[in-house]
Parts: sequence; structure tokens; C-alpha cells
Amino acid sequence: MKISFNINGQAQIVDIDGNTPLLWVVRDVLNLKGTKFGCGKAACGACTLHVNGESIRSCSYPVKFVEGKEVVTLEGLSANGTFHPVQQAWIEEVVPQCGYCQPGFMMATAALLEKIPHPTDKDIDENIMNICRCGTYYRMRKAIHRAAAIKQANS
Amino acid sequence: MSEVKIEKVSRRKFLIRTGLGTLGVLAFGTYVSRNPMRRAVFEMVEMMIPPYSGTGTEANLWFEITQDNKVFFHSPKVEMGQGTFTGLAQIIADELDISIEQIEVAAAQTDTGIIDSGSTGGSLSIASLWQPLREMAATMREFVKQEAAKKMGIAASRLKTENGLVSSGSKTMTYAEAIANISSWELPDTPKLRPIKDYKLIGKPVKRVDLKAKVIGAPIFGMDAEMPDMLYAAVVRPEHIGARLKSVDTSAAESMPGVVKVVKNDNWVGVIAKSFSEATAAKHAVKIDWNIPKKWTQKDITDLLKVGNGAKMVTQKVGSALNTYEEDGISLEFSSPIGAHAQIEPNGALALVKDGKAIVKLSTQVIGITQRQIAEALEIDVENVNIIGTFLGGGFGGRLNTLHAVVAALLSKEVGQPVKYFFSRKEEFQNDNFRPPTHHIVKGKLNANGMIDSLEHHYASGDVAYGSVILPEALHTILGTDVGAMRGGNIMYGKIPNRRAVQWHTSLPFATSWWRSLGLLANTFAIESTIDEMAIKAGKNPVEFRLAMLNDEGYEGRTKKVIETAAQKANYIEGVSGDRAMGFAASIDTGVPCAHVVEVSIQDGEIKVHKVTCVLDCGLAVNPDQVRAQCEGSIIMGMSAAMHEKMVISDGKLVPTIYGPYRMAMMRHTPEEIDIHLVQGADVPLPVGEPPLGPIAAAIGNAVRRLTGQRLTDLPMELV
Ligand code: FES
Ligand code: FES
Repeated sequence: MKISFNINGQAQIVDIDGNTPLLWVVRDVLNLKGTKFGCGKAACGACTLHVNGESIRSCSYPVKFVEGKEVVTLEGLSANGTFHPVQQAWIEEVVPQCGYCQPGFMMATAALLEKIPHPTDKDIDENIMNICRCGTYYRMRKAIHRAAAIKQANS
Repeated sequence: MSEVKIEKVSRRKFLIRTGLGTLGVLAFGTYVSRNPMRRAVFEMVEMMIPPYSGTGTEANLWFEITQDNKVFFHSPKVEMGQGTFTGLAQIIADELDISIEQIEVAAAQTDTGIIDSGSTGGSLSIASLWQPLREMAATMREFVKQEAAKKMGIAASRLKTENGLVSSGSKTMTYAEAIANISSWELPDTPKLRPIKDYKLIGKPVKRVDLKAKVIGAPIFGMDAEMPDMLYAAVVRPEHIGARLKSVDTSAAESMPGVVKVVKNDNWVGVIAKSFSEATAAKHAVKIDWNIPKKWTQKDITDLLKVGNGAKMVTQKVGSALNTYEEDGISLEFSSPIGAHAQIEPNGALALVKDGKAIVKLSTQVIGITQRQIAEALEIDVENVNIIGTFLGGGFGGRLNTLHAVVAALLSKEVGQPVKYFFSRKEEFQNDNFRPPTHHIVKGKLNANGMIDSLEHHYASGDVAYGSVILPEALHTILGTDVGAMRGGNIMYGKIPNRRAVQWHTSLPFATSWWRSLGLLANTFAIESTIDEMAIKAGKNPVEFRLAMLNDEGYEGRTKKVIETAAQKANYIEGVSGDRAMGFAASIDTGVPCAHVVEVSIQDGEIKVHKVTCVLDCGLAVNPDQVRAQCEGSIIMGMSAAMHEKMVISDGKLVPTIYGPYRMAMMRHTPEEIDIHLVQGADVPLPVGEPPLGPIAAAIGNAVRRLTGQRLTDLPMELV
């Protein structure tokens, strides 16, 4: 079936089985590799991206549901060549180790900050439910607070 | 990113590229490998760590200087998150006199670079390359100078090097200009290395060189690899332990949309399709009848793996044995479960096999072994197999065997097109090379002064090093001990007059192998919990108790310093204060002592770790910030194993097969504070990626003991 949607601000039409997980459309059809595969069962969060501003796990989200919607991946989180406050905070805190889980965490964080501009540790614990095997949570938590501060300073 | 660079190789002018095969290059190749290899063998026996082993005899490519005056470093070690590329870049910059921005690092491909024929692991990447890499970079610098001297007509001794420029007064020349159009290679002797205090970047918290790529989500991982006309594969494997393929019906799968070919192998069936989703859908349509010789149960494994069963090997013997059970002795029994690597990027590979040659891109800790495995499976020469190592989405020992790459290669051969095959998460969990379960009995006796007179650690483990492709088989025969299971198994307190450690080794019916820190976590849990219990029994402060059992010299002296520092930095106190108690534990692994003090409370019936104070003697910290990152990661991973993770056998299968049911530490389990102090008790870098995992489980258990009176002896720890 034909599905039309916006991704990172650009109109797209794909012709594909509507039940294909959005993740594979993003990665393999549109070649945006910033969204990662970890489990395919909505259990790790590596594939987190935004649909109409909500963070969703794209490995378990059929592409047919994005018809007419706005999809944002890590590549589209900020305008060309600039860093989103979350990315900036991630750099300043030197968060990534292997880096594989990080796009999912950054997308989950960006969505969280839209809802709760200054999350407490408890807000973070309750909303950031992705998995990082390298154990970078400690720096992530600091980076989330820092991102909130950068965002406020920018606005 | 790295791939793009590599593909451009032939279009640039490269220093070593143009000289491949000449004497000079050979010198570079062999020069570096001879001593590390020898050193590694000794280290192996002495320190029980996997060796660094360069390929040794072939010409190899280490540095390239590009026309835009950058240095491209082909790393023999891969980057799996441990920050190795950054540390190596710092080392190169300081001897080669270039800025860190001028260096690009990528894992060497087997057909261009020097690769480590062993593995990236054992926390050894920086430690093992520390000396040879500085020598290489310094030699390179002198070589550039020598060539610049010829071109500038100025004596080399009057030339200065800085930021990739050779200069004398107002005359300057880039390194690239200096070595342009060189046809003969006369390498200078290795110059004297600079004193450590003169280094500008070594010892500084330089930002990771891969930071930007990782925050923009660049396609740097094996999973992101692409080739034109690439197909996707999904594979059906047995779910039951030991099951064999009996009969297969692929007809339904073959007629599914997008399916290109269904391939039946010895014990798996692969579906090749135009997309990942189509391959996965068709995989579920393959009908297989399995022959299941035995349905293993958890009890079978627990019964098999017990102290007293299997091959016995005494790994430590000082003084006399504590044979009969003494009246006022102490005896505790501990266990740890099967653990999964659970790295987020699944194992897999992209392979192109065509015209008797293979190109394989993947995340691997064993580039050289992957190459050999594929050559063997395809029955072609290793020279015809090029392995392109990518960044790893986590390693932890989970990529030290790469049979999945063989599957990808065999599938590609069937269609003559590139095939990308990645494990589903379920395959990942069921076909892992697990951390083996362990069982321990620790017995001890106090003397009249309340100090330990005898301590005996019996530990049963499945394979860690045994049968591993990364070690020479002869080693098992020579040493007779599973050197991986042994890590942390011996008792480190030299003033205990009678000490024994005895390994009981059993191979299990499923694959077990290396898991970050190997036996260290469980062995330290058993020993340090017992030490704590004995301190309680003796009515002594556990810190002073430990200090009194250590000698002042060598490793023990360094361990003592670490213990003292940890107690002091954490303001360690023994009793309960408010709703919290502290727990203390220490270990030494590969010559690296570590001590943790944890602050714990019980919340909603669960153990909550609030603060971890970690003191590590890592020797010279090339990048203190990344050493800290490794400590933080080790602490979280250790907490995860200590309090959450567990694989079990149910109905003949290893379960669970997904995150969630396989419980792991998450954001909400992370301590509010992790306070790390680095003691630099040696002037060379020592391994850092694993030693901080050692004491964490014991420290938590010791805190819980003080808080609740319960001595928890089984991992993952649960309150009763
Ligand atoms: S890949 Fe989507 S949640 Fe794991
Ligand atoms: S940085 Fe490796 S999994 Fe998170």
C-alpha cells in the first residue's frame, strides 16, 4: 500500500506492506541509520523516534499508522549542522560508550523535555525506560538535566 | 564514516601504502610485534589475561598520512565503547607531534592493516599497545623529520615538529609535503621515548574521538553496513539445548513474498529475502521437526555444576589445608546464575561471497579469527577473505566467537549477492556464549587473635577459557586450569597463613564463555562476603580486618592503598545510620586493585544502592575521564548481574529470550552518586575495563548484611 507522511520535514511516499515496522522503512528504505534495532519487541528502546511529537518504539509500530503524520528521527532532531540541546548536553557530559543505544535515549529525552521541561530524577527514572548495556545511565542523567538547562537558556 | 575513508585509500597518496612490501614497511610490521607477543605469553601465564598478539611477520599498515596532512590510524584493536580509539589517538599525538583533530582512527581491515590475531578484550587494548605504539609514532616522527631535512636542506637535528608541521625558524613544511614522492624507505632507529611528564595529551581527559559520530547516529556499526544489491536473511535455529534438525519443509516459506532462496544447512535453515521483514516473516513459515535427545532442566545443570564435581585443579596452595571442619570455623555456600551478554547491537554480519573471495563487514572482537573461520567454512585461503571491522554496539566478550558471520557468508555464497544476517533478539539470547553459572564453598577459621588463620575457596564453573577459539588449545593442557574461571578465584590476602583455592570444572551442554571480568564477579562475591562474615564474627572493623591481612609490598601494598583510600573517601562506618548501611569489598584483577564502598537502603522490599565510592589503581590513566566511564559502566553492569540478571533452563530451553523478562539495571536502578578516585600506583597503563566489576556484588551483599542481618549468598541477590 502507499503511505504518505513527513519525515524530518520532508514529504515521503512509500509503497510497502502496511504492517512493515516503521523501523525498517526508516532504516532500509529511507536509509536513515540513526534509528537502531535492538530487540524488535518494544523492549529496549534503541529504535525510539517521534511520531507527531510522541516518542514511540518504531520496531513495533506498523508503518501504515504514520499516514499523514510527522516523523522525526535523530537525523532530523535539529537543523542541518547544528546540535539539539540534548545532543549538545550528551557531548558535554561525554555520555556515549559503544553508542548503540544512544540515539534511542536522546530521542526519548528530547520528547520528555517537550512535556516536562525540567524533569526531576524521579521524572527521568519513570520516563526514560530504555536499556544501555554499557551502563551510561549515570552520565545520561546528568546530561538530561544539562539539556534542560541548555534548552531554557536558548529559548 | 570509517568505511568511507577506507574506500578512498587508493585515491590518496599514502606514506605506507605506496611502500607496501618494501623493506621499510616490513620493519614496521615486525618491529612492533616481536616483543608484545613474547610479553603477552608471559603475561598470559602470570596474569591470566588474554594476550595481545599482532600478526607478527607480514607487512602491515599502521599509519597513513593523507595529502590534507591528517594521520589515519589503522587500529589493531576495535572500539566497542571502552574508549580505546581515543586513548590510542592520544598516545599517537604525543609522540608523533600532531593534534588530536588531525587523527582519524578506524579498525584495520584484514587486507590492509595490522590486526590483532587474538582479540580485543581482557581490558588490554591500551595496556598492550602503550609501549609499541609510542615507539611506532616516535619512529614515524623521526622518519618524517629525516625526509623533511632532505627536502629543506636543513639538518634533521635542527628541525622541530608540532601539529603536523616540520619547522626551522620561519620555514615550515607539512608532514604530507615532507613525505611526498618517497620511494625508498630507510627507517631511523627508534628514538628514545619522551618522559611521561612531557606528554601533552596523555593523562588528560580528552573528549572521545568518536563522540560526534555517536551523537548524530552515524552509520558506524556492523548493523548499519550496506552494499549494493544487498539481501537480508533470517535463520531458524534449534531452541532446545542440543536439538538436531530431523526434517524440514520449506515449501510454504519459499512462496512467501520477497523470498529469494531458502537454504538448509546442517543444523539451521536460512531464508534470504529482499527485506528484513520479509525474511523474518518467511522464517516463521519454515516447518521443522527437531530431534531433541534430552530435555535439560535447571536442576540438571545445578546438579552438574557443584563443588566436588568435574575436573579438580588446585589454583592456590599456601600453608596447610583446612580439611576437617573445625568447630569454630565458618562455611558459606554461594552461587551465581547463567548470564547473558545482552549487548544492544545483536550479533550478525554483512557478507559478500563471490568468485572465490569474501568481504565481510561486522562488529567483532576477533577480526583475525573471524577471517580464519570464514576461510575454513568457504574452503578458500585466508588472503581471499577481507574482514572489515566496524564499531561495536557493545562487546563484553559477546563477540569473541563469530559463527554468525560464517552463516552470513554461506548464505551469500548461495546467491552470489551480499547478504546481511543479524540475530533476532531471541536468537541472541538463546545462542549466546553465556557467562557460566558458578557454585562456591568458602571455609575459614579464625585464630586466637581473631585474625584469619585459614581460608579455602572451592569454586565450580562451566567453561570460560576452555574450548575458546581465542586461546591456543595447548594452553589448556599446559595449565590444566580454566584460566578464565580462575579470575579472582585465588585469595589475595598474603598474611593469611593457610590459603587454598580449588577449581572444579565442568563443561555444560550449552556454550559458555567470556563475559566481562570472567570469574571475577562471582569469585569475589564469594570470597569477600566470607571475609566480611569473618570480620563480623571476630568483632572487627571490616576495613581494618582486611588491611591487617595484606603485606606492604607489591600488589598487596597497592591493594592496601586502594582499600585505605576507599574507606577514607567514603567516610566508611560500620553500623547502620538512618535507613542506610555501608558495604565494603575489594579485589585485585590483572594487577589492578579496586575497592568499592556502597550505601544501601531497602525500599519497597528491594535493595536500593544510593552511592558507590570506587577506588581503582589503574596505573597511568591515559584518559582519566574514560577510565571513570569504564568504572561507572562496570559498576552498573556489575549491579545488574548482582541484583537482576538470570537465565534459566525451562522445558529444555534457555529463557528468557527478551529484555524485560531478562531483568537488567535501568535508569531507576542507577545510584544517585558514583564517586570515583583513581590511584595511579604504576607508571604504565593497566587494564581498566573489567577490574571495577570485581567487588560490587560483595559490597552490596555486605551492606545488606549490616542492614538486615541477612547474608545473601545467591546472585542475583534477593531479600528473603
Ligand atoms: S528495537 Fe525497538 S524497542 Fe528494541
Ligand atoms: S552506550 Fe553501549 S549500550 Fe548504551
